Amino acid sequence: MTQSLAEKYRPENLEAYDPIGGRHPLVIGGETLHDITELVCRPIERKTPKAWWAFFLFSASLLGIFGMSIAYLFWEGTGIWGLNNPVGWGWAIVNFVFWVGIGHAGTLISAILYLFRQKWRTGINRSAEAMTIFAVMCALTFPGIHVGRVWAAYWMFPIPNQMGMWPNFRSPLLWDVFAVSIYGTVSVLFWFTGLIPDLATMRDRSKTKIKRIAYGIFALGWRGSNRHWQHYEVAYMILAGLSTPLVLSVHTIVSFDFAVSQLPGWHTTIFPPYFVAGAIFSGFAMVLTLMIVTRKIFGLENIVTIRHFENMSKIILVTGSIVGYAYGMEFFISWYSGNPYETFTFVNRAFGPYAWAYWIMISCNVITPQIFWFKKARTSIPILFVASIFVNIGMWFERFVITVTSLSRDFLPSSWDYFSPTIWDISCLVGSFGLFFTMFSLFVRFLPQVAMAEVKAVLPEADPHYHPGDAHHAEAEGAH
Amino acid sequence: MAVIFPKWTNKIPLALAAGGPVALVAVVFSIWYWWSPRYTDVGYQPTQPVPFSHKLHAGDLGLDCRYCHHTVERSSYSAVPATETCMNCHTIVQGQNPHNLDKIRESYQTGQPVEWVRVHMLPDYAFFDHSVHIAAGVACQSCHGRIDQMEKVTQAEPLSMSWCLDCHRNPEPNLRPKDKVTKMGWVPEADAAAGNSGLDEIAHRAVNPPVNCSGCHR
Repeated sequence: MTQSLAEKYRPENLEAYDPIGGRHPLVIGGETLHDITELVCRPIERKTPKAWWAFFLFSASLLGIFGMSIAYLFWEGTGIWGLNNPVGWGWAIVNFVFWVGIGHAGTLISAILYLFRQKWRTGINRSAEAMTIFAVMCALTFPGIHVGRVWAAYWMFPIPNQMGMWPNFRSPLLWDVFAVSIYGTVSVLFWFTGLIPDLATMRDRSKTKIKRIAYGIFALGWRGSNRHWQHYEVAYMILAGLSTPLVLSVHTIVSFDFAVSQLPGWHTTIFPPYFVAGAIFSGFAMVLTLMIVTRKIFGLENIVTIRHFENMSKIILVTGSIVGYAYGMEFFISWYSGNPYETFTFVNRAFGPYAWAYWIMISCNVITPQIFWFKKARTSIPILFVASIFVNIGMWFERFVITVTSLSRDFLPSSWDYFSPTIWDISCLVGSFGLFFTMFSLFVRFLPQVAMAEVKAVLPEADPHYHPGDAHHAEAEGAH
Repeated sequence: MAVIFPKWTNKIPLALAAGGPVALVAVVFSIWYWWSPRYTDVGYQPTQPVPFSHKLHAGDLGLDCRYCHHTVERSSYSAVPATETCMNCHTIVQGQNPHNLDKIRESYQTGQPVEWVRVHMLPDYAFFDHSVHIAAGVACQSCHGRIDQMEKVTQAEPLSMSWCLDCHRNPEPNLRPKDKVTKMGWVPEADAAAGNSGLDEIAHRAVNPPVNCSGCHR
C-alpha cells in the first residue's frame, strides 16, 4: 500500500475512500442516509411523468399483442407457429430458456453475492431481483402455452385425477416444472422479504390514505424495532441460502431438457455448467441494459455507480469466456468422440443452413465480451450498453442454434427441414418483452427500485466506529 | 405515527394461516368428489321415446343381450336394434297394446327409426371396441351393471379413464368363461360348485390389455 491510512483520511480524500473500510465508497457524491431515502423515493412520490405513461402504454400494447397471439394460439393450435415435422420445438422453447436464463443474474446478485459479503450488490439487487421475477413470469408463459391443448396443461403437475394419469418422474420436462416453479416461488419470497423495510419507509412517507394502506398491507406492520431487524436478518439469510443452490440447479435442469435426450448436439455432459454460465452471462447483460437506462432516468448515478458496471462487466467477461470455451469444447468432443453423427451436427451448426445464426451467436457471445479486458470499455457507458445488447441477442441465438439445428437434421435425411418463423412466432417473442417491460415499468413507478435499507447499511455512517469529521481519530488509528 | 390499521387486523395473518389450508382442502375435496364422473355421470337415466323395459325383456323373459345387440361380438359398436327386431315378436306379442308400442308400430310403417337416447357415452378420442372385450371374456355386466334389473337403463359405472385402467391393469376379476359373458348375476363360486371347467380356462387365457396411451387414444 503506497498511501498511508492517515493520508487516506484527509478531508480532501474522504470522497475517494470509506474511512472505515479503507476502500472506495460504494455510494459516491457524499450522499447521507437521508439523501438515499430521498433519492430512491422521489421517482415514486412525484407526479407520474408523461414519459412513464408513454413507455408504459408502449409496453402494455406489446403485452396486448402477446395476449392476442396467445388467444389465437389457443383457438387455432401450435400450427400457427413455424414448427414442422423434425423441428417440433421452436421459438417457444428458445424463448423459455432465454427468459429463465435472464433471471439467474438477479438470484446470483441477491443470494450468492450476499453470502460472499459483496457489499456492492446492495445498489443493484432490488432491480435485479425484480428482473428475475419478471423474467421467470415470461419464461413460465411459454411451456404453458406451447402444449397446444392448454386446458390439459395441469397434467404437468402431479394432481390425482379421474384419468389415473401421473407425470413421468423420469422425464426432465417434469423436473423442469418443479425447478422453475420453485425458482419463481423462492425468488418472489426473497424479493418480498427484502422489500419489507423499504415498504415501511414508503408507508411512513405516504401522504394519502390509500397509499398508506396499500404500502401498509405489504409492510406487514414493520416498525424497524431491534427484534424486527433480527428476525429479518435471519429470514434473509435463510432465503439467501435457499436461493443459492437454485442459481446452479435451475438452469442445470433446463439443460437436462436437452442433455437427457439422445439427439446429437443435445446429448452432452457439458450442458449443465455451460447453461449455468450462459444464464449468468445473459442475466448480467440484461441487468446492465436495464440499469444503465434506469439510473440515468431516475438520477441514481451516485448509488448505481460506474464501479457497479465495471464489476458486472467483469462477470460478463468471465462467463462469456466460459461459454466460448464450451462452444469450443463441443467441437473438440464431436471430433474426439469419433462419432460421425456428432461431428456432422457440429459441422452443420457452423457451416450448414443455420450458419448465419451460429456466427451471430459467436460474435455476440464470444467476441463482444472480450472488449471488457480493457478498463476503458468497462467504464464507458455507451460501450457497456451496446455490448450488453449484443450479449442479449447472442444468448437468444444460442438457444435458437441449440434447439433448432439439432432438430432440423433428423436421423432420417428425408425428414430434414428448415425452420422458418411465422408472424406468430415473432409476435410471441416481442409480446413477451411487452410483459417484461410492463411489469418493470410498474415496478419502477410503485416500488423502491433500490434497497434503501441495505444501501444505508453499507454507508460508512452506518458503522458504529464512524465519527464524522474526526480526522484525529482516523489518524490515531492509522498511527496505531 | 398515526395508526393505519385497527387492532383486529392483527388477526388476519392468523386467520389466513388457519383458514388457508382448510380452504385448500375444501377445494381439493370438492373437485375430487363433485367433479368426478363417479358423481356427475353415474346414475344418468334418460327418458327413452318408448318405455322399453330391460327388466322385463332381459330379466323376466330372459332374452340374451345379443338377440337385440347383435353386432357386439363382431363390431366395435354394439348395435341398437332396428324396429324390425322389435317387430319379430311384437307383430304377435302385445300386438294390440294401444299405447306403449305406438311409436314402434309407427316407425315400422313409416321406416323412420325410433330415436333412442344413448346412455353410455365415451369421448371421441377414446377408441373402445366391444368385440375385443367380449372376445376376451369381459362380462356385459362389468361395465353396464345389472341391466336385467333396470326398468329404465341407468349408467352404473363412471366410465372414467382411471376406471378403464383399473380393469386393464388387473383384468382377471372381470373375466368369465366365454359362454357366461352375457349372463347377468353370474358368480364364479356357483359355477365352480357345478363343476364347470371354464374357470381354469380363464387362468390360461392370454389376456393382455394395453395400458399405454395409444392403446385407446390413436
